[in-house]
Amino acid sequence: MNELIPAFDWHQVMVAPWTEDLELFGWIGLMGLLVTASCGLVGNYLILRRMALMGDAVSHSVLPGLVIAFLWSGSRGTWPMFAGALVAGVTTTLLIDAIHRRTRVKQDAAIGIAFSTLFAIGMLLTSIYSQQVDLDAECVLYGEIAFVPLEPMVTLGGVEIGPVSLVRMAGVLLVVGLLIIAFYKELLVASFDDGLARAMGINPAWVHHGLMAILSIVVVSAFEAVGAILVIAMLILPGATASLITRRLSHMHAIVLVHALLSAWLGVSLEVWLDCSIGAAMVVGGAAVFAVVWAVIAWLNHLHTSQRPPSPTSTNDL
Amino acid sequence: MSGTENQAAPLEIHDLTVAYHKKPVLWGVDLEVPAGQLIGIIGPNGAGKSTLIKACMGLLPMQSGWVKVFGQSLKEVPTRVGYVPQRESVDWDFPVNVMDVVLMGRYGRLGLFRRPSKVDRNVARDCLDRVKMLPYANRQISNLSGGQQQRVFLARALAQQADLYFMDEPFAGVDAATEAAIVTVLRELRNQGKTLIVVHHDLPTAKQYFDSLLLLNMNVVAFGPTAEVFTAEQLQRTYGGRLTILSEVASVLGAGNGGVNL
Repeated sequence: MNELIPAFDWHQVMVAPWTEDLELFGWIGLMGLLVTASCGLVGNYLILRRMALMGDAVSHSVLPGLVIAFLWSGSRGTWPMFAGALVAGVTTTLLIDAIHRRTRVKQDAAIGIAFSTLFAIGMLLTSIYSQQVDLDAECVLYGEIAFVPLEPMVTLGGVEIGPVSLVRMAGVLLVVGLLIIAFYKELLVASFDDGLARAMGINPAWVHHGLMAILSIVVVSAFEAVGAILVIAMLILPGATASLITRRLSHMHAIVLVHALLSAWLGVSLEVWLDCSIGAAMVVGGAAVFAVVWAVIAWLNHLHTSQRPPSPTSTNDL
Repeated sequence: MSGTENQAAPLEIHDLTVAYHKKPVLWGVDLEVPAGQLIGIIGPNGAGKSTLIKACMGLLPMQSGWVKVFGQSLKEVPTRVGYVPQRESVDWDFPVNVMDVVLMGRYGRLGLFRRPSKVDRNVARDCLDRVKMLPYANRQISNLSGGQQQRVFLARALAQQADLYFMDEPFAGVDAATEAAIVTVLRELRNQGKTLIVVHHDLPTAKQYFDSLLLLNMNVVAFGPTAEVFTAEQLQRTYGGRLTILSEVASVLGAGNGGVNL
């Protein structure tokens, strides 16, 4: 065994995190699952609407919102943070819209202008108010999921539920899930055919802004765990993997949850084995799942086409 | 061109002007459409045919004028109006199957927080059957031919169970069998008293298919029963001096009963 790679100890990597070290890795794994599941569900719609770049944009441009909310309220509480992220996220989408509609600049360039400028403003603010703001670019960019078990516990009726950011993330996942169930058909028709949606009285602009608002909340809740850069992978990888496997939106949502579980588990395992950043390990794990699914599907297709000619008359593919 | 006394016309347009980037595409369009007709909109490229439909559906901002549907604004009677957009306007790689798309036609009647019921599914199945697409109900939409895609869109419009339909080039790029199937369905709808307004680009078949024609080129050149409006003079006014079109028209007019295939 090369000494650059630590030895793989089955018990230490595969068993211990979920038994004797559960108190530590249980929270981390659960947080990873909640983050990836929330991001993946919202990400499905970003992928469908060909707006993957918007995830990138919003994840960066919430920074000034956070800083302003912090300066305003003087706390890093959940609600000021959500309010700041919401305002910043929706401002980003409006700004991108305005640039792309009122000038000759195309949408991708407009996205590039809007989010990097807002991120820069956030960095300016953090450096100007570095005395007052307990936020640095490092923490926003990278996050640290390993700190989750060290956070103060939320208690409800005397019972400890879990670390603050984990409870918040669970609430966010619950809200995302409920919103998708409640507005499933509006999201579907507005994403597939906005003309029909509008003709039916469903305003696609509202759907778009609603989605961006939820995206801002999800991103800001995931910040502390994985940071602004890795969150993009969490938004896109699960849905991209799901889209390789199925062509039904409802099935995509289910596969995203499985992908989230695998990413979290692989992330923790990799961290224990290699002693690396857990957030990064979760993304690498998620990407590995994507790669394996891709390879298996390519292999199955190869078998399928080499064994018998495609039948043009088959009517049921699913 | 009068509607019945006690019922408002399915579609009434007054002084409609629509512009893209400050360039007018439609200019002062006035129109009153009688009920129970199959109406074709024809005109040269860039004449504003699709724009007219989209403006009526409230999909484009209007610079002036108003549109009334059954005497009311579209917002007040959204379920009475059905829409078939151009086939290319949507992403056919979208992860839904044929049934999902047809069920979307029911969404307007469902309202918030309600899922399609068994009744809605039965309506959708019936609509698929009418366009002969029922065997494809579970098929992923990316595995459909152009003609099949168009039939799915038509089935979705049928599922809307509307009284007035706008259709944007439903015959564009479809095979002959699909074209025939669509015409049959459109005539059935007309015979049920529905009003259909169809953007069309093929002159010979326009004469065959439609009860009335709207000749459009930025404004209304002529509107009336096909037999009265489909004349060399009117078509020349619509298409200008485009010789290829005019010779095409001449051959159609000469051929009497239509039936010319280009």
